[in-house]
Amino acid sequence: MLGAAVVIFLALLLGLAADLVYQAAPAFAHFGFAFVTGTQWNPVTTSYGALPFIVGTLETTAIAMMIAIPIGLGTALSLAYLLPKRLRLVLGTAVELLAAVPSVIYGLWGLLVVAPWSRTIIEPVIGFIFGHSGPASGPEIGIGLLLAGIILAVMVLPTMVAISRDVLMAVPSEQIEGALALGATRWQTLWRVVVPHARTGILGAVTLSIGRAFGETMAVAMIIGNTPSLAHSLFSPAATMASIIANQFTEAVEPFELQSLIAIAVLLLVMSLLVNVAARLLVRSVGRTHVSAA
Amino acid sequence: MVLCVICVALALIPLVGVVGYTIVRGAPVWSADFFTHAPTPEGIPGGGILNSIVGSLIIDGMAAAASIPLALAIGLYVSQSHSKIAAGIRFAADVMAGIPSIVVGIFAYGIIVNTMHHFSAIAGAFGIAVIMVPILVRASDGAFRTVPGDLGEAALALGAKRASIARRVLIPTAASGLFTAILLAVARGAGESAPLLFTAIGSQYFTASPMQPMAAMPLTIYLNGIQAYPTLQRIAWGTGLLLLLFILILSVAGRTASARLGRRA
Repeated sequence: MLGAAVVIFLALLLGLAADLVYQAAPAFAHFGFAFVTGTQWNPVTTSYGALPFIVGTLETTAIAMMIAIPIGLGTALSLAYLLPKRLRLVLGTAVELLAAVPSVIYGLWGLLVVAPWSRTIIEPVIGFIFGHSGPASGPEIGIGLLLAGIILAVMVLPTMVAISRDVLMAVPSEQIEGALALGATRWQTLWRVVVPHARTGILGAVTLSIGRAFGETMAVAMIIGNTPSLAHSLFSPAATMASIIANQFTEAVEPFELQSLIAIAVLLLVMSLLVNVAARLLVRSVGRTHVSAA
Repeated sequence: MVLCVICVALALIPLVGVVGYTIVRGAPVWSADFFTHAPTPEGIPGGGILNSIVGSLIIDGMAAAASIPLALAIGLYVSQSHSKIAAGIRFAADVMAGIPSIVVGIFAYGIIVNTMHHFSAIAGAFGIAVIMVPILVRASDGAFRTVPGDLGEAALALGAKRASIARRVLIPTAASGLFTAILLAVARGAGESAPLLFTAIGSQYFTASPMQPMAAMPLTIYLNGIQAYPTLQRIAWGTGLLLLLFILILSVAGRTASARLGRRA
């Protein structure tokens, strides 16, 4: 009976991949590799290219990581070593609860609460710093790449913090005591001994967060503006692979558009699988597997 | 030092912000009618989200009924086996947990909607179940592994069959851990909207038939939240508060149960 369950599980996994590839096959067959490099998404001329969405996914993820890595690492260090024990537990639980909040509620909050702040405060300030040119050019409308990156950063923080905290705490206490005995300050010990020792695991935490950011759908679909073109500025509306599927799938006007959207899903699946396998191997190599409920 | 404390504060602000705003904007929307009526047509005042509440319960109930027995069986197998296959399944479950939920939605669309030729609650439940399975497998595997090995060996030495060891020893001993696993998986499934977008698709009407398109709370939040009309946004906030409460209660209950288990072990 247990064997049967295992067989069903593996059938589910393989079935998922096979079903997607089968549904997307006509699009891949027609466009070939040009599907990945095409920049047009136009049902009128039936030309579909995935590049704007691939770039959008990479850009939002990059913005999210620039925000989440320093904050996440700082929080993890605090929760592992710096704060009083009682506070660690409470704040640790609070950060983990961030992971329980559904994506669609982050989207609602992002769209109706943070987007106006973004338009009136965040974007004008960044625009001023960059002189309203280059990455900060164009109209400041609130929604777009930057807002998606900020909300994504919030959403990946729990993953980043929980795993980095675990790998930081797994650093042998002899290492820490040794450093302190040699006269290192607490800061030197953390920065020169603890963090380097845990670097593989931290890299795993970052990689896992990248995987989550790649696939995050609802919140991004609500705040990125869903524009199928290459973004020129942080303030531009854009689209990610996940967001364009959520946005266009039920509105696809012809079969070819549907198949092309499913082809994007195949690319997204491949990217997520690669990143996740890499992350699991990195985290596992530290010798502590993290059972993620998030 | 100070820098790290600032980081903790920055990490916590969004939690306060998202929960705080959902309460402040959602609570005024709540009324008896809000929970006991289906939506009214556009422009007519009144109406509520009864169809979404019932829809979520039906869809998540079906998803739980399908995924829990399957995933717990896999978890039991993986926890008791030291073979390479078990390690492989564990790894596969980890990787499967990383599959984007929108991709799972397309899978459910391809397998069920395409076969039935129409949208349905059962297709949505299938998608949610696929999301829940890997979470349940890993968590139940962990719960079963906390059972001391000598308990099972003692039962085996007394002549018990493996099936009765599972039923009489492993499952009761791991019960509290399994309970946590189920609560957290249901909490996760209940918040998912991407797998429902093109399966259950949502509905303005009250229905309890799993073969029909059905509303669900996450879908209602999304579909109303992206509209430009304040009346519809209010519905999104009110629904958001209910969903958030439901999920936070499940998560906190799950964590408390596992913390109690940890103290006993």
